[in-house]
Amino acid sequence: MASLDDLKKRIASVKSTQKITKAMKMVAAAKLRKAQESAEKGRPYSEKMNNVILNLSSGISDKENAPKLLSGTGNNKFHLCVVMTSDRGLCGGFNSNIIKKAKSYFSKILSEGKELKIITVGSKGNDQLKRMYGDKIIENISFKESKNANYFDADKVGKIVIDKFENNEFDICTIFYNQFKNVITQIPQAQQIIPLNSEDSEENTLEESYEFEPDEDEILSNLLPKNISTQIFKAMLENSASEQGSRMSAMDNATRNAGEMVDKLTIQYNRSRQAAITKELIEIISGAESL
Amino acid sequence: MSEEFKIEIVNPEKSFLVKDDVSEVVVPAYEGEMGILKDHISIISFLKPGIIKILSKSGDESYYIEDGIVEFKNNNLSILTSSIFNIADMDKSKQQDLLKQAEEESGKEEISDQSKYLIDQKIEVLKTLN
Repeated sequence: MASLDDLKKRIASVKSTQKITKAMKMVAAAKLRKAQESAEKGRPYSEKMNNVILNLSSGISDKENAPKLLSGTGNNKFHLCVVMTSDRGLCGGFNSNIIKKAKSYFSKILSEGKELKIITVGSKGNDQLKRMYGDKIIENISFKESKNANYFDADKVGKIVIDKFENNEFDICTIFYNQFKNVITQIPQAQQIIPLNSEDSEENTLEESYEFEPDEDEILSNLLPKNISTQIFKAMLENSASEQGSRMSAMDNATRNAGEMVDKLTIQYNRSRQAAITKELIEIISGAESL
Repeated sequence: MSEEFKIEIVNPEKSFLVKDDVSEVVVPAYEGEMGILKDHISIISFLKPGIIKILSKSGDESYYIEDGIVEFKNNNLSILTSSIFNIADMDKSKQQDLLKQAEEESGKEEISDQSKYLIDQKIEVLKTLN
């Protein structure tokens, strides 16, 4: 059995761990509020963008010659997956959930005999994927220096994706991220961004006639690359809110577990101290009796 | 009868500006400057670098914009942009920074004609601001 001294040391160390997790929880809560706010503020832009694109694509006259970003290349041999994770750990199942979702998609694609290419955004995703899919990762992007998700970074990722598309390196692009539902629930999402999923657009085609300047095709071909960046930015915002939420609940759990551990250790400590006292007493009494 | 309509400028981070007493907006549309008044026909166009002028009861404002999409529908003008600056808040050093950036970019060789054109446009506009 551990000596009294050892127990004392352990209690102290668990307590200081608890302090750290508590502080991290507090920090995450503050950051969460900010991240959530910016996720909400960013919504109008992507919604408006979506609306304009819906209007445009429903008004497009010549479906055959529609920009490739909208209609696809016609093949689906090469799949590009953009896996968006965090740069920091200690956030519960946040990264593993995305990775799990991504991996099941990867194995589905590979079993269909298609080619897979991966871009990881965030170092944690790269760490987890490189063992199994190391040869498939073509790029690893990380924004450790920037504090908050910003459009500039998203645009960088968007440009890489579009460059690769224009060089015919892939046919279908899917992004993986966590959608923020609330502090304890984040849903891993797989969203196809190239070609644009037209399924959801059919339900709300607007009967609005627009004047276009210049013509539809030109606007579309200008707008679609922007939309890619916007979608990625949206995913980044959702991701950063999810990360903080996930970290907050993970740290909350950790703090609680540490508390339980301290309680248990304290009981053990008290018992063994009492046992030592009793033992000493017995020794004294039996010593006195024998006189 | 009021001759006013609503304008909303959004950038990816937030809703940048909302005003509902606007009488006229001049935007640098792709094929030339375009003035928008109330009851304009529904239009979608995109913007090149330039200056947006907003004339309204509560005062006129101008913004420097680098790119964007403009949509007008039912007397609602929405402008989507990723880079916009209020000219009143812009000081000389900021302008110089932007100008320098643009000039650097235009000096690169691998850019396409279209982006070259846009950057030259940007430089021109920034020079007129100074």
